[in-house]
Amino acid sequence: MKSIYIQDVTLRDGMHAIRHQYDKEKLKEIAIALDKAKVDAIEISHGDGLAGGSFNYGFGSHTDWDWLEGIAENLSHAKLTTLVLPGIATIEDLKRAKDLGVASVRIATHCTEADIAPQHIEAAKKLGMDVGGFLMMAHMNEPKKLAAQAKIMESAGADCVYVTDSAGALLMDDVIDRIKAFTDELKDSTEIGIHCHHNLSLGVANTIVAMEYGANRLDASLAGMGAGAGNAPLEVLIAVLNKMDVPHNADLFQLMDLADDVIRPLQKRPVRVDRETLSLGYAGVYSSFLLHAERAAEKYGLDTREILLELGRRKMVGGQEDMIVDVALDIKNSKEE
Amino acid sequence: MEKTKVAIVGSGNIGTDLMIKVLRLSKQLEMTAMVGIDKKSDGLARAKNMGVLTTAKGIDGLVKLKAWQDIKIIFDATSAKAHAYNWSVVKQYPDKKIIDLTPAAIGPYVIPSVNLEEHILEQNVNMVTCGGQATIPIVAAISQIAKVHYGEIVASIASKSAGPGTRANIDEFTETTSKAIEKLGRAEKGKAIIILNPAEPPLVMRDTVFTLSAPADKEAVRTSIHRMVDRVQKYVPGFQLHQEVQFDDIPESDPVFIEGLGWKSGLKTSVYLKVVGAAHYLPEYAGNLDIMTSAALACAERMVMNIISNEEE
Repeated sequence: MKSIYIQDVTLRDGMHAIRHQYDKEKLKEIAIALDKAKVDAIEISHGDGLAGGSFNYGFGSHTDWDWLEGIAENLSHAKLTTLVLPGIATIEDLKRAKDLGVASVRIATHCTEADIAPQHIEAAKKLGMDVGGFLMMAHMNEPKKLAAQAKIMESAGADCVYVTDSAGALLMDDVIDRIKAFTDELKDSTEIGIHCHHNLSLGVANTIVAMEYGANRLDASLAGMGAGAGNAPLEVLIAVLNKMDVPHNADLFQLMDLADDVIRPLQKRPVRVDRETLSLGYAGVYSSFLLHAERAAEKYGLDTREILLELGRRKMVGGQEDMIVDVALDIKNSKEE
Repeated sequence: MEKTKVAIVGSGNIGTDLMIKVLRLSKQLEMTAMVGIDKKSDGLARAKNMGVLTTAKGIDGLVKLKAWQDIKIIFDATSAKAHAYNWSVVKQYPDKKIIDLTPAAIGPYVIPSVNLEEHILEQNVNMVTCGGQATIPIVAAISQIAKVHYGEIVASIASKSAGPGTRANIDEFTETTSKAIEKLGRAEKGKAIIILNPAEPPLVMRDTVFTLSAPADKEAVRTSIHRMVDRVQKYVPGFQLHQEVQFDDIPESDPVFIEGLGWKSGLKTSVYLKVVGAAHYLPEYAGNLDIMTSAALACAERMVMNIISNEEE
């Protein structure tokens, strides 16, 4: 089995939980602490990837460049990584990140649209980077077809392809079927990754079954710091791996301390399974929609769940945050009629 | 009046939709030749069935056709990369013009409701992008009332309407659209986002415009936007506001941090658009094809009016 590779997403997916407002110094402090606790990779960018700062997704407290600057030279174990969504960030942005010491990147597309990624995957390989393909909203594509999409990313040069459960909607069997389809379809040398959201409280369980069926790159974040009900909580995942005697590099107690002492106090809106975040997983809605939907619900006097369920019914995909207010207005107008 | 002969290079979704528009709608243009690179493409087959000359040998094949000498306008519906070559060929014939529907942006940007008159004499004009055609008029309408610091657009198109050319040109889309938001929309900084949605049945093209401007009279902004929507509707009947214009005040005490501009406050305007396609080729969800080809057609017809009046002089 390939060795376990833990990628922390506290400083990327975790951005969603605090509207992309990490203070630059705080972020640096967390990155250095994560490195000391020996996670294998640390992902940093706006929650929607490089160049995500916008009205649509929320402006960050800093630019990606400010957040990334001065991090790589302070890491001794972990790789500095970032995220690119074609359609939002460009190859030029990727080059700029590379110049700041980013060694690995994930190129993310909706689970049926892998063919908008080859340009970016090829460019990243040319830059000498480690490249992951990130197939988001993986519950919206059946296992075989998802694996065919993974193949497109592999063919373009991806070193690893992820089952990315952006909506936290996959059940454990759903994860197993997708990982199995990946192992059938992809070359042995291609790694398989898993990225979970905890909306149905399956973040850790889904990560573990994915690993048992062949995934070796596991995503997690401190105290689950991420969109919706968060990601697989990193400290919990490490505790489980310890109990399973799965070899890895990370230090459990350091991560526990970081989660409770540093990260949880930052969560103004608690990152947890509650009626809103549960609704995301239940309806299969992109987890990052949460805070935007809560704001729209407040502004237009609606129930957040109503908006989320309607977004799910309309099959909105990651990135269509503009449709949240649009849906809220549609619901409001239909009530007034 | 004799019609002006035109050719379309690129037999994909955009080229085929445009061909049908020229054949069905145009009183001034004659659809003379359809140029592809794949003999088996649906676009070339349709062209043949509709009695249009075809070649599967690209622009070089077109130049060899006897009809070439009478063709005055070439629409380029290939890709950004292919356009560079196509332009290098057409450039050698000063009596011909090329209207570029790729995001190559070698010639000046043209959006009919914003600057149609400015570039009718150019030999190469660029139609920006589908998302740009749908949104930049709105940014320009807001700029007529207040200084726009920042203009952002989000274009969501149905996966089925995005062919291989579009998919290989995602960066070119965002870069060209962003620049055109600045140049034609007159925003100090532009940003463009494109999303492909694979839902079945396919979703109609949606475009959202967000601007941050200096504080302004909201009614004046609203009126200017409505007036612009009417202008665009004249050549794209399916173009519409899906919601009433939304405003948010961004106070100085709680500004937003915009890359390249720093902390900014003012008036945020949100405009939710929908583009229902005319269903000339792909069904009505493909508003992205419709707005692009309608804009190119409007541009060509305006150029032709000019050519004809010059000949009469």
